[in-house]
Amino acid sequence: MSYFRAENLSLHFGGLKAVDAVSFAVEKGEILSIIGPNGAGKSSIFNLISRIYSPTFGKIFFEDRDITQEPAYAIARLGIARTFQNIELFENATVLSNLLVGRHRHSTTQLWQELLFLPSVRANEKLHRRRVEQVIEFLDLEPYRDKLISGLPYGVRKVIELARALCSEPKLILLDEPSSGLNVEETDDMSFWIRDMKSELGITVIMVEHDMTLVNRVSDRVIALNYGRVLAMGTPHEVQRHPDVIAAYLGA
Amino acid sequence: MRFLFKTDYEDDIRLVPHSGYVLSYGALFVLLIIAPYVLSSYLMSQVVFVCIYATVGVALLILTGFTGQASLGHAAFLAIGAYTAAYLQQYNVPFPVYFLAAGLLTGAIGAIVGFPALRLQGIYLVIATISFAFIVEEILARWESVTHGNEGMRVKTIQWLGTTVPRDSPAFYFLCLAVLVLTIVGALNLLRSPTGRAFIAIRDSETAARSMGINVSLYKVKSFAISAGITGFAGCLFAHKLSFISPEMFTLQLSIEFIIVILIGGTFSLHGAVLGAIFIVMLDPFLTYLKDDVPGMVGSLAATLGAGSERAGHIQDSVAAFASANGLKGAIYGVIIVLFVLFEPLGLYGRWLKIRLFFQLFPLYKRATFKRQKIYVKSERNR
Repeated sequence: MSYFRAENLSLHFGGLKAVDAVSFAVEKGEILSIIGPNGAGKSSIFNLISRIYSPTFGKIFFEDRDITQEPAYAIARLGIARTFQNIELFENATVLSNLLVGRHRHSTTQLWQELLFLPSVRANEKLHRRRVEQVIEFLDLEPYRDKLISGLPYGVRKVIELARALCSEPKLILLDEPSSGLNVEETDDMSFWIRDMKSELGITVIMVEHDMTLVNRVSDRVIALNYGRVLAMGTPHEVQRHPDVIAAYLGA
Repeated sequence: MRFLFKTDYEDDIRLVPHSGYVLSYGALFVLLIIAPYVLSSYLMSQVVFVCIYATVGVALLILTGFTGQASLGHAAFLAIGAYTAAYLQQYNVPFPVYFLAAGLLTGAIGAIVGFPALRLQGIYLVIATISFAFIVEEILARWESVTHGNEGMRVKTIQWLGTTVPRDSPAFYFLCLAVLVLTIVGALNLLRSPTGRAFIAIRDSETAARSMGINVSLYKVKSFAISAGITGFAGCLFAHKLSFISPEMFTLQLSIEFIIVILIGGTFSLHGAVLGAIFIVMLDPFLTYLKDDVPGMVGSLAATLGAGSERAGHIQDSVAAFASANGLKGAIYGVIIVLFVLFEPLGLYGRWLKIRLFFQLFPLYKRATFKRQKIYVKSERNR
C-alpha cells in the first residue's frame, strides 16, 4: 500500500468542480509536485488534505488510515504539516513563539500544570526550545529569533513558515508554492532545503509550485492538473512533454 | 542601553530577564507593602478597587487581548462571582470555600458561554456577550428567592478561623493584592507555555492554528473559562468591598469600563491591565473634583478677569450644571476610547515603552520605530 493516497477526491462548489475525481499516491520519502494553471485546483487539494475543506466525495489515506473524516487539528497530530500560499503566520508574535506553536502537537502538559509552571512544564519547554533551535539552524534563521513577524520581509516570512511546519516534526509536509515571491537566490536556497528535508530528515513532500526550475530540480514525480482533473502524471520530463499539459499552458 | 546575551534556553523562559527587573519590581513591592500604613483610608480604598479592576483586566486580557475574543459581558461574570459568594455566605460557608466556589462556578458558566461563541466572530461575538450580560442582569433582578431581586444582598465581613477582615482593613487590601499578583503570575505562566501560545495563535490566524494541531474550539472554551473564573474570584472580593450588591451595579457600563481598562492600558501586555485599572478608578475622584471644586474655581477666575459678579455666578452655575450632568461619565468614556484608538492604539503601556526607548536611544529615537507596517494582506478565503 502507498504511504499517502487520495482516491477519487472531489470538491464541488455548487456546479463548479474545483477538484474532480483526482487520485494519486505518494510513496514514503518521495517529493511530489503538483503543477497546473491558476484555478486548476492545486491549493484546493491541499485544503482538502489538511481538512480546511471537506471533500464532496472521495477518500484520503495516510499510513493506511482513512483520514477523510478527521477534524483539521487532528491532521497535524498525525504528522502532516503544511505551509500556506499567502503566508499564515501569527503576525503579532515573535519568530520564536511562532516556531514554538509548531511544537504544539508534542505538548503533553495540562492546563493546571502550566498555570503553576511546574518543573515538568519547564523541562518540556526546554525540550521544545532545543528542537526549535535545531530547525532554526537548519534554515539559517538565527538573526530573527526575537523579531516580531509583522516587521519581517516577505522572503524571511516564507522561510519561517517552512520552519514552523518543520518544528512539528512532520512525516509528510505540504508546501503551497514555496518559492512564490522569492528571488532567484532564495529559490535556490529553498530547493536545497526541500532536498535536505527529504534526505536528512526523511520527510515526504507534496508541493504545489509554478516555478518549473524548482520543480525539475527537486521532484521525483509531477502531477499536472487542469480544471480540477489530472492531465498527466510522471517524471518532470515526461509531464512537460505531455501534449495535454502543453495545450493547457499554451492554449491549443 | 542594556544588551542581553543569552547563554541558555532558560534565558528565554524565565520571567525575570535581568537584574533591573528585580530592582524595580522589588521597589514596587516594598511600596505596596507599606502603602496601607502611609496612605489615607480613602486612597487605600481606591487602591483596593484598582486591585480588583486589574484582576478583571488581566482576565479580560487573556480572553480579548491574547485569544482575540472580544467580550462585553464581564460585568455579568463579576456579578455571578459576587452573588455566589453572597448566597453561600448566608449559610455560614467558610470564606475559602465560597471564594473558590465563586471562581469555579463562574468559570464553568464561562465555559458554557464559550460554546455558542465558537461560531461567532468579531462584532457578532460582542453582541452575544452583551446579550448574555443582559440575561444575567435580568435573572438577578427576578430570581428573588436566591438574589433578593432589586432589594440586593448584604455581604458580611470576611470571617475565618476567628479573625475578621473588615473591608477597609490592611488585611483585606493584602488579600486583594495577593489575588491580583497570583492572577498575574498565573497569566504569565500560561503565556510562556503551550496553552498561551495556542491562544495567541488563535488570535492571529485560526486557520494556521488549526493546521498546527491546535483544537481551536477547545482552546476558545478554555480561554472563556479561565477568563470568567478569574473574574469570578474578583467578583467575590468586589462584593466584600462594597458590602452590598444589587443587580444595577453590574450593568453594561461596568463591562465597558473593563474594556476601557485593557484598551487604555494596552491590549498586548499584562502591564496594561494594571495601568488601565489605575486610570479608570482614578477617574471617579477626578469627576468628584470636577463637580465640587472646578465650578467655584471657574467662577472666581471669571470674577477676577472682570466679569460682573452676576455674570460670574451664571458661569459658575453653568459649569456646575455641566459637571454634574447625567451621563457625563459615559461621554468621557466615549471620548477616551476614541482618542486612544486614534492616537495611542498601544495604550498607556505602549506610551511608556516609547518614552523609555526615547531615553535609551537618545538622541537617535525615531518616531517610526513603533509604526505598524501592514504590507501583505492575509487571505480571508479559508475562514
